[in-house]
Amino acid sequence: MIEANGVTRTYLSGGRPLIVLEDITLAIRPGEFVAIVGPSGSGKTTLLGLLAGLDLPTAGTIRVDGEDLRSLDEDGRARLRRERIGFVFQSFQLIPTLTALENVEVPLELRGESPDGRARELLARVGLGARLDHYPAQLSGGEQQRVALARAFSTRPRYLFADEPTGSLDTATGREIERLLEELNGEAGTTLVLVTHEAALAARAPRTIRLSGGRLVEDTGA
Amino acid sequence: MSRFRFLFAMAWREGRAARTRLLVLAAGIAAGVAALVAVNALAKNVRDSVAAQSQALLGADLRFASVRPFPDSAARVVDSILALPGAAGARVVTFGAMALAPRTGGVRPVTVTAVEGGFPLYGTPATVPAGLWPGVALGRRGALVDSALLGGLELSVGDTLAIGGLRVAIIGAVVRYPGDVSLASGFSPRVVIPAALLAEVDLLGFGSRAEYETFVRLADPTEAAPAAERLRPALRELRVRVRSAAEQEEDTADAFERLGRFLGLVALVALLLGGLGTASAVRVLIAQKLDTVATLRCLGAGTGLVFAIYLLQAGLLGALGGLAGGLIGIGLQLAVPRLVAAFVPVDLIVTPGWAALAAGVVAGVWVAVAFALLPLLAVRRVSPLAALRRDVEPDRARRRDPHRAVAFVGLALSVAGVAWWQAGEWRIGLGYAGAVGAALLGLWLVAAGLVRLVRRRPLALPYPWRQGLANLQRPGNQTVAVVMALGFGAFLLATLILVQHNLLRRFTVGEGARANVVLFDIQPDQLDDIRRILRETATPEVGAPVPIVPMRLRAIKGVAVRDLPDTLQTGEERGGWALRREYRSTWRDTLVATEQLLAGRWPPRPRERPDGAPVRVAVEQEIAQELDVDVGGRITWDVQGVLVETEVAAIREVDWGRFEPNFFVVFEGGALERAPHTWVALADVASPADRGRLQRRLVERHPNVAVIDVTQVVERIQAILDRVVFAVRFLAFFSLATGIVVLAGAVAASRMARIRETALLRTLGATRAQLLRVATAEYLALGGLAALAGGGLALVAGWLLADRVFRTPYGVPPAPLLALAAGVVGLTVLGGVLQAAAIARRRPREVLAGE
Ligand SMILES: Nc1ncnc2c1ncn2[C@@H]1O[C@H](COP(=O)(O)OP(=O)(O)OP(=O)(O)O)[C@@H](O)[C@H]1O
Ligand SMILES: [Mg+2]
Repeated sequence: MIEANGVTRTYLSGGRPLIVLEDITLAIRPGEFVAIVGPSGSGKTTLLGLLAGLDLPTAGTIRVDGEDLRSLDEDGRARLRRERIGFVFQSFQLIPTLTALENVEVPLELRGESPDGRARELLARVGLGARLDHYPAQLSGGEQQRVALARAFSTRPRYLFADEPTGSLDTATGREIERLLEELNGEAGTTLVLVTHEAALAARAPRTIRLSGGRLVEDTGA
Repeated sequence: MSRFRFLFAMAWREGRAARTRLLVLAAGIAAGVAALVAVNALAKNVRDSVAAQSQALLGADLRFASVRPFPDSAARVVDSILALPGAAGARVVTFGAMALAPRTGGVRPVTVTAVEGGFPLYGTPATVPAGLWPGVALGRRGALVDSALLGGLELSVGDTLAIGGLRVAIIGAVVRYPGDVSLASGFSPRVVIPAALLAEVDLLGFGSRAEYETFVRLADPTEAAPAAERLRPALRELRVRVRSAAEQEEDTADAFERLGRFLGLVALVALLLGGLGTASAVRVLIAQKLDTVATLRCLGAGTGLVFAIYLLQAGLLGALGGLAGGLIGIGLQLAVPRLVAAFVPVDLIVTPGWAALAAGVVAGVWVAVAFALLPLLAVRRVSPLAALRRDVEPDRARRRDPHRAVAFVGLALSVAGVAWWQAGEWRIGLGYAGAVGAALLGLWLVAAGLVRLVRRRPLALPYPWRQGLANLQRPGNQTVAVVMALGFGAFLLATLILVQHNLLRRFTVGEGARANVVLFDIQPDQLDDIRRILRETATPEVGAPVPIVPMRLRAIKGVAVRDLPDTLQTGEERGGWALRREYRSTWRDTLVATEQLLAGRWPPRPRERPDGAPVRVAVEQEIAQELDVDVGGRITWDVQGVLVETEVAAIREVDWGRFEPNFFVVFEGGALERAPHTWVALADVASPADRGRLQRRLVERHPNVAVIDVTQVVERIQAILDRVVFAVRFLAFFSLATGIVVLAGAVAASRMARIRETALLRTLGATRAQLLRVATAEYLALGGLAALAGGGLALVAGWLLADRVFRTPYGVPPAPLLALAAGVVGLTVLGGVLQAAAIARRRPREVLAGE
């Protein structure tokens, strides 16, 4: 369960405070599939970062499984992410110096688990069983995003966040990634929160949260 | 455990992609470590060798020595030691003389040593042909000579040598006389004869400088040191020195210890430069890793873990560099004995120093970690948000990060600590760290200032120059760090050039009609004949002959010298040297060109000295300080057993740099004429051939007179100085090498950006030649900045050294400095342009497609 209560985030821009998110209150229940939509600049990425504990709100509270993020320090939040949260980025964010396999293994290693066959198995699932030793630079965009998906699922996270995971891919490849996302989500019972511009993808989510100018203007599952 | 495995795996994998860059960094560290290890291992070898051969160093357990035959009371003391059961002794007399080779007509000042059977009491000096030593010592008629003499006089074994009244055949060469450093023997090569031949030489008259020694071997060598302690006070009164093998070893070891530590500090500079390069490269590397760091943070890695990954990487890099450097250093140290053998008075035993290798690895890890720490702290500030969005808010906490202060203080303290360890004394360690810090700060100011200046490039420059200068501002280009590292090497080498130049200038014979031949030890009854010979050979004398009267201090202001405290009223330590040395004074009623009056009057007033009044003297200012006397102060002298009461009438400043007879103490005329004295005459002889002819004539008629060819002396001093400077310069080159490695590292770090930019420029139509011209301009500017910064700083340091330490007038030799600058610039351009040429060969499409 992730709960946001009166969350506001302001940035200093040119010395003046800029309100990016204002008074957002919502709850995401276990197993849900939520799409966050809204025009560019409306604060979607900011909200996602806050819910995932990458950042702290200027005002309001965010609880993950009842735990107030503000009560944790940087490393405490890192531990929380490591245990329960997975990420998929629009720009993939694979570590360029590691091979595909090593990239998928990193979260497991961080948890002190031995990667065993899980990383290979996941890469095989996303169709990259033959590309284990390739570096990100040697993979296409879609392939890189599939590695990123495998990485996100390697620790069987309770919550998976994705920021426009198909945004920099062509439509067909995007579909493929969406299919994988849902498939993996369905198997593991992961809570899925994703930001998207694509109506088609948003339509597949049972619940849609719409932002505009930093305010929550619609929530189909509240 | 798996935590560590992961840490290592991550550190390894993360470094994999930047392998070339990291190897260059390791090479920079290796250069510094190699210099340090070589010096320290060599110092340890010398120490061990001296300890193992301490008795051979002295040739005995105990040595008694005096500049005159032992007075009876002293002889009795020595005899009592020799009477101990199992004790043995041998006497040796050493003095300077002119040796003449009748066959070739060559003349050369030599050091004659007349040895009694049994010397040395430990070891047998090696000879060529072998096995001659006991022969000489046992009284066979013949001389063993230093091979330098054979070469210098073009003599060979079997030739006759004339010294004073002695005619003796050369039977061979002596390879190592106990305690001799072969380098010094070139000055006045040694001639060893049996003591029985001493009477034939017949040169030991008044005023000649000789040393009378008795060497003793004890049944129990461990009793030597306590015996020396016990006998010393009584013997000092009799002007007989005593020393034990242990003391000799200690002194020799101390001298080399100091030299080793000094050279170690020079080598440390190279290591610190390697550290500087590491810090700079790590900063750039981390800037390129921010995405990776942010992603790792998103995936739940703690700040500590990420930091540890990169710190471990630095540590591994340092260990690698340290290991390589250690091995190179040990290799150097194995090769070096032949270079230093001439300096060392024992046979050098070389053992590979495994401890030194370990120390090298430790030094490598230390320098890498200590210098990487500061720039690495940046990874702790990377927010995971950066993975979501590029431009996360700039961290305003950066400057206030308390960890930065801690890391900085830690770095400074550890540098001071390492310098302390290397110097062996905290004062020197701190001073060194401070000096290096100040030099680096100075370089940084100059470098940063120059780079800023270049930024305001005049637009009138042609395009390659504008682009090349602009490249210096490229983010991540480490321009300032490269200028500092290269500049420091240039700075060290330039400072050496300046020191060498200014030290040598002291010894050069003055301009114009100055003397180049000096005649010492002229007895009063020889003076007229010698001046006649000079006239006959049409040799112009320089100034009038100068009388010299040897004397010692007896009392100052009525207090006997032996009762004087060792500290002055000012609390300063007084050099016992000034109290106990033999003063060679003169008399004249004028000041000469090299003197300046500081206080009082000279000649003194009134001109006539009232009967019974003290003799008036003019004292040199530094000696006056040591003796704590001023105008009006009374000094009692012991002139060959006659006490002479004097009063200081003047204080003089003396320019010792000019090659002219100068004196600490000048007496007024009419007071010393009846004291035993010798004369010194100076002459100016045009050609070397004339000098040789004059030397020969004088030596034939007056064998006791030392005829010194000043130009030869200067050449010798220059040769010795060259050898010493060589060692320092050798180490300084390591600093320059480190600078080049730092440059290579910087070029490698900006490689990606360069490749991309080059491809872009080529797409826009730039030719290969244009690209190379841009690169040439950039590296010309870079090398020029380094040479300018290093050279400028060296001019200041050289002036400080000349003015404060060596007290010589300052001069700047333009030719070698310009050559050095050209070398630095040339190397920089070569390194950079080669890289640029390699990049420019790539096809632009290849590069942009791979984006
Ligand atoms: N670090 C920051 N400093 C200042 N302003 C910021 C910062 N981060 C985000 N903003 C501003 O906050 C607003 C919301 O940004 P956010 O990235 O959350 O929007 P978004 O909805 O994800 O947009 P897009 O659809 O284009 O990705 C934007 O106007 C952005 O400029
Ligand atoms: Mg966004």
